[in-house]
Amino acid sequence: MKAEQISIFLENRAGRLEEVARLLAEANINIRALSLADTSDFGILRLIVNDHEKAKKTLKDGGFTVGRNAVVAVEVPDTPGGLHSILNMLSSQGINVEYMYAFVQQSSKAATIIFRFDRTDQAIEVLTKNGITIIPGDTLYSM
Amino acid sequence: MIFDDDMETLPREELEALQLRRLKGLVDRVYANVPFYRKSFDDAGIRPSDIQTLADVRYLPFTEKQDLRNHYPYGLFAVPKDNVVRIHASSGTTGKATVVGYTKRDVENWATLMARSLVAAGATKRDIIHVAYGYGLFTGGLGAHYGAERLGATTIPMSGGSTKRQVILLRDFGATVICCTPSYSLFLYETALESGIDIKELPLRIGVFGAEPWTEEMRRDIETKLGIKAIDIYGLSEIMGPGVGIECIEAQTGAHLQEDHFLLEIIDPVTKEPLPPGETGELVITTLCKEAQPLIRYRTRDITSLNFTPCRCGRTFARMHRVMGRSDDMLIIRGVNVFPSQIESILLETQGLTPHYQLLVKREGNLDTLEVQVEVDEKIFSDEIKNLQRLGGKIQKHIKEFLGVTAAVKLVEPRSIQRSEGKAKRIVDMRNSS
Ligand SMILES: [Zn+2]
Repeated sequence: MKAEQISIFLENRAGRLEEVARLLAEANINIRALSLADTSDFGILRLIVNDHEKAKKTLKDGGFTVGRNAVVAVEVPDTPGGLHSILNMLSSQGINVEYMYAFVQQSSKAATIIFRFDRTDQAIEVLTKNGITIIPGDTLYSM
Repeated sequence: MIFDDDMETLPREELEALQLRRLKGLVDRVYANVPFYRKSFDDAGIRPSDIQTLADVRYLPFTEKQDLRNHYPYGLFAVPKDNVVRIHASSGTTGKATVVGYTKRDVENWATLMARSLVAAGATKRDIIHVAYGYGLFTGGLGAHYGAERLGATTIPMSGGSTKRQVILLRDFGATVICCTPSYSLFLYETALESGIDIKELPLRIGVFGAEPWTEEMRRDIETKLGIKAIDIYGLSEIMGPGVGIECIEAQTGAHLQEDHFLLEIIDPVTKEPLPPGETGELVITTLCKEAQPLIRYRTRDITSLNFTPCRCGRTFARMHRVMGRSDDMLIIRGVNVFPSQIESILLETQGLTPHYQLLVKREGNLDTLEVQVEVDEKIFSDEIKNLQRLGGKIQKHIKEFLGVTAAVKLVEPRSIQRSEGKAKRIVDMRNSS
């Protein structure tokens, strides 16, 4: 049920993000979702792409430090309180969200959100038990 | 194994008797032949005949690097120029180059000392020695080369640069010993991996590393990655070049300095007074055998200590502690002495970080600032900001605890720190540039 994400270390200087995008474009890799977290000195770019293996290799060859992490793609009901109920069921079990970002989709009733949990396996267990839809990685990458 | 059994295991009393004999001859020679020394002896009110014991060396004047520059290029030669067969020079980043001349016998002695060094490092005549020190005016390449040939090993005069090609030849020629700077060995290792070659799987077994400061942690890193024994070689171009001292492979605890050729002192760099054996201070060397350009009490600027206890390899020559810093490289940050090697140790002890770092010193207003740039590799990278910030904070805390200075720690992308193909550029001091 886990999905894979790659993360890239970026210095906060002009052109680095563009360089990542260029390398991926040249390798014909499609970015499905992304989030950039940054401080005044550095940033961490997280990506869901259609081919993680290839993306990682491309970026490493381009001189970047690249990591791979397990994330969970959760379908959040498109109703008031949808996100809150999910966060609530997790925090009641002591599971922390390290970060999250939206997965952009066309034509869907539900929003997909990518979660990075401190305890990924337990989070999946809790969500499944509560009837929340988790989108498997393979489906996600080609959505 | 010992190359020169007679000399390298000479009992202390005999060694000192030999040193004194050579020292007396040396002071006579320089007083008679080098106007600079004649004048400085006269100014100090000392005559060659005043030197009666080894301890009397303390009455002789020092020679500084600046003295070599002031007498550029041939002013300190002690023999007619016709007798000089080789010139080396070190780059003058802050002024004139320093020039060193060698007679035929100087070149032969150097080859012998370098051959001794290679044997102490574990090499034999059956080895294939890849010399990746730069050839040319720099003493590294030719120094190692002549020693390797004197030993009778197969010598590959690779010189520096063209790293990708070096990796291929390292593999194809089956080198078993490499001579280069320690940082270049790691650069070679990385370059090899990029070409799909793991140096660990090659026949290479010994690295003879010098020409830049490095640490025990860096040694472990190199030994693990390359699967070799990493041996520290000591030398200065002003004194001779590589081979002034070498670690033995048996103990790997400090370079045995070749005392039959060099008289050693440790002085307090501030008071310039000699310090008792074992104390830490600046190494001062008098060349006992050099003909073309002998130096009296040359201030090496290297901070170290000497260990006179017997070594298990059988050599009687004193061992110098790994250079703890150079008084030239010593940064004084808000009144605190900081050596790049100390920062390197802290980084390695903090997180097993790769030794790729750079120190940036600036002056803001009247305040010195130190920025430590550390490359983020896959081992320490995290997808969470807080983990990286914690790492930066930890490094900063350790620097403060161990060195007493506050440094800004900046995490940078790999390879953003300049890797020259020779010496790693560790310090960028911008205090005098604005
Ligand atoms: Zn020894």
